[in-house]
Amino acid sequence: MSLMHDIDFTLNGVRRRATVRVDMSALDMLRETIGLTGTKYGCGEGECGACTIQVDGVSLNSCLMFAVDCHGRQVVTIEGLGADEASTRASALRDAFVEHGAVQCGFCTPGMMMQASHLLDRHPHADAESIKRGIEGNLCRCTGYKKIVDAIVAVGEGIAP
Amino acid sequence: MTEIERYYAPASLEQAVDCLQEAGGVTVLAGGTDLMPQKNAGRLKPQRTLMNIRGIAELRGVELSGGEIRIGALTTITDLLENPLVRQHLPQLIEACNHFASDQIRNVATLGGNICNASPAGDTLVPLLVLDARVDLVSRPEGRMLRRGLPVAEFFVGPGKTRKAPTELLAGVTIPLPPENYLGRFFKFGTRPALDIATISIGFGGILEGGVLSRVRVAFGAVAATPVRASHTEAALEGRPLTEATIAAAAAAARDEVTPIDDVRASAWYRKELIHNMTKRILDHVAHA
Ligand SMILES: Cc1cc2nc3c(=O)[nH]c(=O)nc-3n(C[C@H](O)[C@H](O)[C@H](O)COP(=O)(O)OP(=O)(O)OC[C@H]3O[C@@H](n4cnc5c(N)ncnc54)[C@H](O)[C@@H]3O)c2cc1C
Ligand code: FES
Ligand code: FES
Repeated sequence: MSLMHDIDFTLNGVRRRATVRVDMSALDMLRETIGLTGTKYGCGEGECGACTIQVDGVSLNSCLMFAVDCHGRQVVTIEGLGADEASTRASALRDAFVEHGAVQCGFCTPGMMMQASHLLDRHPHADAESIKRGIEGNLCRCTGYKKIVDAIVAVGEGIAP
Repeated sequence: MTEIERYYAPASLEQAVDCLQEAGGVTVLAGGTDLMPQKNAGRLKPQRTLMNIRGIAELRGVELSGGEIRIGALTTITDLLENPLVRQHLPQLIEACNHFASDQIRNVATLGGNICNASPAGDTLVPLLVLDARVDLVSRPEGRMLRRGLPVAEFFVGPGKTRKAPTELLAGVTIPLPPENYLGRFFKFGTRPALDIATISIGFGGILEGGVLSRVRVAFGAVAATPVRASHTEAALEGRPLTEATIAAAAAAARDEVTPIDDVRASAWYRKELIHNMTKRILDHVAHA
């Protein structure tokens, strides 16, 4: 039996406790212990970005994060980004992804949205070049990226629907 | 496999080094971007205590004092990229951070983790070598804080191996402030711009005055068991006018002094060619700077 540890953190705006294995990833905790499956498991080793979440305002790969390290922090997953109606940016991003056809199979989409929202938080008017660099850690096997970049650029320029 | 028996997240440096002083072994956790994949691949033998040092605020940040830049071990790659002191004075380090992994990883990966992981291809190590950085190691035998500094050039022993004692924590690095007219370059060769481990990397630092180079430092990554200073290449450049002949001689010296291996990323022969051609390219750029 692996050692278990109790943690206490904020998940999508709500205070939450969890008992986790000390060597478990934050991704496994989200999907298996808590049951939020919007955050995807792609590679499990930091290469694909499908597991991207935001912690204390920065994006990271939840598959590389130890779940115990969530203690005391603000964690936001795709469920929190989507649910947060107060965030006009989040809904603009969602609409722009739909409008620009930036979603095909949808597997990369939660990670892309989390990373895109982080990028726009940092650089509200990011251009296509810096957005391409910013999503270097997110793989998409369907779209060819162009529509994704277009969607994010549109939100950045404030011209998204 | 040893089981983890204790999880500990100290809030101060003293508590952390006290924990290391205990018998039984401790795995230090910073950003976890090396530890997690190593654990998953079964390449990490977890010690009895898992100590998460990320909460030690004093280990994060960059400061300039007494002509030296101090960077705390927990400073992330993103912190470095956004830091005005680093941007102004340490161009090689910025260049290396710019091509480091992906944004998500840069946001959590720490400088200390990159150093302690001691990969021959660790991107920040080559810049630290050419910047004459020292690592600051802290321990606390018998309740007394003991600090020692070691040149980065002496810190690495082999892949994943350093001169850090198990009772020591890396507190950070100290870098002498480069002079005003300092030129620094870093180049990493990989097959794609992001998320790629260096096939080879080259760091250069020096001063070019009246066409003559001085205080030259050259270092290479991924061509030996550790990142290495290139003493023959440096000697071919130090005190000489940076002419085409000097550049050709230095590039040849570089090719001759590295001892790379064949692996999945490249053959030894190709690495030597890369070192030659990219050293030449960097020096050409410096000559025209
Ligand atoms: C997909 C992917 C891409 C990557 N790309 C790159 C890249 O482009 N370039 C590159 O150089 N690296 C890369 N890495 C490797 C890794 O991200 C870096 O080495 C990173 O800097 C490690 O920092 P960390 O804080 O995550 O370390 P951790 O994983 O927390 O720790 C790494 C090691 O250092 C020890 N340690 C950490 N801090 C201290 C301390 N203060 N004192 C004593 N011991 C300590 C730990 O015990 C462990 O052995 C990549 C990793 C992944 C998964
Ligand atoms: S699952 Fe985390 S990066 Fe691929
Ligand atoms: S839409 Fe299928 S992976 Fe991106």
